[in-house]
Amino acid sequence: MNIFVEIKESLIIAINAIRGNKMRSFLAALGIVIGITAVTLMQTAIEGINRAFESSIASVGADVLYVQKFEWFGNEDYEVYRNRKDLTLKHYEFLKRFSQTSSSISPSAGTGRMVQYGSLNLEGVFVIGTTDEYQKTVSLNIDDGRFMTAKEVENAYPVCMIGMDVKNGLFSNINPIGKIIKVGSYSFRIIGIIEKQGSMLGLFSLDSRVIIPITTFYKYFGTRRSLSINIKAADLNNLEETKEEVRSIMRKARKVPPGARDDFGINEQAAFKDTYNQLTALIKVIGLLITGLSLIVGSVGIANIMFVSVKERTREIGIRKAIGARRRTILIQFLIESSVICLGGGMVGMMISFPISLIIDAFVLPTAMPLWVVVLGLLISLFFGVLSGFFPAYNAAKLDPVDSLRYE
Amino acid sequence: MSIIIDISNIKKVYEMGEEKLFALDGVDVVIERNEYVAIMGPSGSGKSTLMNIIGCLDTPTSGKYILNGKDVHEMDDDELAEIRNKEIGFVFQTFNLLPRNNALHNVELPLIYSGLSKADRIKQAQDSLANVGLADRMMHKPNELSGGQRQRVAVARALVNNPSIILADEPTGNLDTKTGEEIMSLFTDLNKKGNTIILVTHEEEIARHANRIIKIRDGLIESDNIKESSA
Repeated sequence: MNIFVEIKESLIIAINAIRGNKMRSFLAALGIVIGITAVTLMQTAIEGINRAFESSIASVGADVLYVQKFEWFGNEDYEVYRNRKDLTLKHYEFLKRFSQTSSSISPSAGTGRMVQYGSLNLEGVFVIGTTDEYQKTVSLNIDDGRFMTAKEVENAYPVCMIGMDVKNGLFSNINPIGKIIKVGSYSFRIIGIIEKQGSMLGLFSLDSRVIIPITTFYKYFGTRRSLSINIKAADLNNLEETKEEVRSIMRKARKVPPGARDDFGINEQAAFKDTYNQLTALIKVIGLLITGLSLIVGSVGIANIMFVSVKERTREIGIRKAIGARRRTILIQFLIESSVICLGGGMVGMMISFPISLIIDAFVLPTAMPLWVVVLGLLISLFFGVLSGFFPAYNAAKLDPVDSLRYE
Repeated sequence: MSIIIDISNIKKVYEMGEEKLFALDGVDVVIERNEYVAIMGPSGSGKSTLMNIIGCLDTPTSGKYILNGKDVHEMDDDELAEIRNKEIGFVFQTFNLLPRNNALHNVELPLIYSGLSKADRIKQAQDSLANVGLADRMMHKPNELSGGQRQRVAVARALVNNPSIILADEPTGNLDTKTGEEIMSLFTDLNKKGNTIILVTHEEEIARHANRIIKIRDGLIESDNIKESSA
């Protein structure tokens, strides 16, 4: 008999058998339903966390290098980093003069200060001192007003650009442009408002900021802070080249002897990604293992039901064999029955987890059930269907026709 | 007439621990086409074992069995399944219909296993059911049919693949006398149309319908008589 005809006939037999035992088939499939729901929701959650991370680190910029005293996620002792010489404007100027593979470079220094307007004040606002090129370097968009000019930087003007949190915290109904605010104990005139940036990994807001000329920053808040020198590569695809160039310029500028290790860090977005992947890989694997376990439990449940089903239908198997069913035919019949139960369970699981993923997307964190999870989920349920059906089906196939016809 | 079953020196031994039980202890039978044979014997005589071997449900421990020119005793499971499908039509005491399927589907089943197309299957199954007088009961499930009707469905199923032999194991055992007689006259009709029929029974009344009676006792053939009238 042709294998396709065989499968088609077995499918009809399987569906009839499942219909004939609705409650039992439902209970058998329940384990797979729960397992597939768990696995797909787990994947959806992971997808959501990944997306949240991606959008968080977008502010870091894929094509920007941050030359700093510290390395992000470095594994040296804190002392090693602390004892390094500070990065100064001299290093910035050196890079500015010699770098050829970068499109813009800007230094930045930061400190936390209280910001006041009238009777309102905000604690712990991050004050960044930098140059006019900063906007281009880290890709800031201006919501209203303008960014500072080279002239304002050169002459240490008391002007500032504020982030959205500062605007919303101090100016509810009035236009902040042109208003004077106090940063620490110094007065600054607001010339621009920066577009909303969101938060970094959900930890701290990137909008609770005030940006001022670095010259003004030095004048009011001192020069004793190590700078971050931010370099935008001319071409994202040649980021490595830019990195090498920056390294050699910095080594010269800081007179690092040949063979000695860098006494500065060149940081980039990739470092975040690497660390993130390392941190989450284990969590992902454990999550999948635990949810996968529920699938295995579900599969054992189905195997159990299939053993019962084979036992109950011993006589039916005998009849089928007596009138010409081969071993293979019986094997396929029961394999298909368990596969149909599992696949059905998998589909019900998807029908449960898909709406839940929409709810998560709408209310918890932006996510979507990836298509490959749907496909994989169905393949997994099919796999477990065959797996859990195999031994019962094999038992059925090798039943002796004489004995099974006599079975009561 | 051509020989359809040629059994020589067949033995079937069951090992019960140390002891050996000879269910069949060297049986020779030759049955020709269009014969109507009854195999008789008390329970435990070996008649069921012989029937299972003839029906290719079981294989002998030793001996030779040639069915319709094919040597059966060396066949594997799948080949035996094919022989059961094509050469043999079973009729059982307990009917052995699939309870969830209607009469038509039950009769169609052997044709599914022989790989016929759906249209051909339904056509043949309908013809076969009509042959046993059940043209108007095709869509009924076994539990909606009387005992006699169920056995007719089973006979239709046995006939549907045009087998070389029809093997009936106590076909009237679960029927009342009147219905039993109806089934027996159905077999007589089938025999007259050219079918070879082997009947296993322990009732003289039933065996009388056959043209030849083989009696078995303790695994051996005790007597083998052909009715004079039919000779």
